[in-house]
Amino acid sequence: MEKELWKGNEAIAEAAIRAGCDCFFGYPITPQSEVPEYMSVHLPKAGGVFVQSESEIAAINMVYGAAGSGMRAMTSSSSPGISLKQEGITYLAGAEVPAVIVNCMRGGPGLGTIQPSQGDYFQATRGGGNGDYRTVVLAPSNVQETVDFVQEAFDIADQYRNPVMIVMDGLIGQMMEPIEWRPIPKRDLPPKTWAAGGRYGREVHNVINSLYIDPNACDEHNQRLTEKFDEIARNEIRWEEVQCEDADIVITAYGTPARIALTAIENLRAKGIRVGLFRPISLWPFPEKVLGELAAQDHVKAFLDVEMSSVGQMLEDVRLSVEGRKPIRYLGHAGGVMPTVEEMTEAVEQLWKEVQ
Amino acid sequence: MSLTAATLFPHRISIITGHYGTGKTEFSVNLALALIREREQVMLADLDIVNPYFRSREQRPLLESAGVRVISSSQACSDADVPSLPPELLAILENREITGVLDIGGDPVGARVLARFRPRIQMEDYQLIYVINANRPEVRTPETAIDYLRSIEAITGLTCTGLVNNTHLCGETTADQIRKGAALAAAVSEQTGLPILCHTAEQRLAEELSDLPQPVFPISIHMKKPWE
Repeated sequence: MEKELWKGNEAIAEAAIRAGCDCFFGYPITPQSEVPEYMSVHLPKAGGVFVQSESEIAAINMVYGAAGSGMRAMTSSSSPGISLKQEGITYLAGAEVPAVIVNCMRGGPGLGTIQPSQGDYFQATRGGGNGDYRTVVLAPSNVQETVDFVQEAFDIADQYRNPVMIVMDGLIGQMMEPIEWRPIPKRDLPPKTWAAGGRYGREVHNVINSLYIDPNACDEHNQRLTEKFDEIARNEIRWEEVQCEDADIVITAYGTPARIALTAIENLRAKGIRVGLFRPISLWPFPEKVLGELAAQDHVKAFLDVEMSSVGQMLEDVRLSVEGRKPIRYLGHAGGVMPTVEEMTEAVEQLWKEVQ
Repeated sequence: MSLTAATLFPHRISIITGHYGTGKTEFSVNLALALIREREQVMLADLDIVNPYFRSREQRPLLESAGVRVISSSQACSDADVPSLPPELLAILENREITGVLDIGGDPVGARVLARFRPRIQMEDYQLIYVINANRPEVRTPETAIDYLRSIEAITGLTCTGLVNNTHLCGETTADQIRKGAALAAAVSEQTGLPILCHTAEQRLAEELSDLPQPVFPISIHMKKPWE
């Protein structure tokens, strides 16, 4: 199929429409505003419903309502707006309502900056709302992956009746890249007999609810959710390895820093240092086992984790996976500053000196 | 005819408009760099109030080292999404010694910044250039490209004077891509009566395109991604 030039955020919206998104509820915030802008023009033409809500909180609760009635529903925002949506996300997870949520991350904390960041890793992977739940978190590193994942996300959400998040730093939403609309694997999905979309001849209505008065019933509900999260963790892990088979040093990175790393790796290999990239694609479930196996390889001497975060958030998952087998160093920036090829190159050279 | 920027774009002020992704900023930066080789005083005004990233102000060091003065929102606002305009913009409009390039944000909303200067612009020798990219889904047919052009004209109150075919696919641009854009530009030109001023191409492709009926304006890629 012929390639087209798409801006990341517009492509997200178009991908959702192609995946059968019925309803979009959102509120503008830089750097994701092209998503609702595109949806407002194109979703109604495709037979769907677009509402610019009065706030992010309203938007996620509209998603809860629409998805609860069986519609394919979506919202998108950027970091501070995603914080506002957390209550709705935990209700979605608790009531087992599928939805797709896009976070085009900007610098924080608080209002931060409109420039790109990856500071919402904890929020996305640990559950930013209350209670015991998980959201499936997919992290594309280019516009092609973004459109593929957005389309797949609706199926994943429906299969597990759980919210799915697509998280990418603002750069991926704002940049232009050639993409093609390739076929996306479709999942075999059961009809939504749980949805509150009408009685359909039954005696009673379905009820969408996350409230359990009886603690034992709530415990049972949580046990069942845990089994579901375990199933997701078995089935939905994704990652990419580049030149790890002989690597002395492995860079762990996702999103834009992973792409910057590829250029650094090329430069470093030209200088004779064997470096590879381990790129988690599903941030939850995290590819813990495979990263642990890589860390156990004799040729791997050390890891360099690179993120657009000051404290190092994915770093915690990398440590949990590596389990102390090899040293891990960290390189990070926050607030919209991106790690450069030169910085990564230098950090790997320094690390290589230390572990040689 | 020798292919100089000043013969292709003879008017004192060049206003660059088009859908985002058509490559207005890359074209604006290249045009300013070409004009400074032929003119004493060139100023580039980054009037993009709709895009938070990939703006011509990011090329300030390159442009200023070549002698082009760059005007954008104050430093305090350069990374904010504040729709403020720099006061120095008036220098381009009022000082007729200056050759100016105005880089406008990528949609009719972005073009609104021009409306308040319409009376002033109309007193000056200007050209309103509409940039075309046949790979952008929302403006890839003659009908949609012309609709977009008309909405920019309606909002700015200014009339477009010429087309630039800047069809690209980032690093995957080929001569055939540019020819596809030339066909779109020809259709837009035929329906609107607007002339095609030029096609743009990186030097590596320019030689393959000598068959095109309009000049090819050679460009270099300055707006790069952080891994490029």
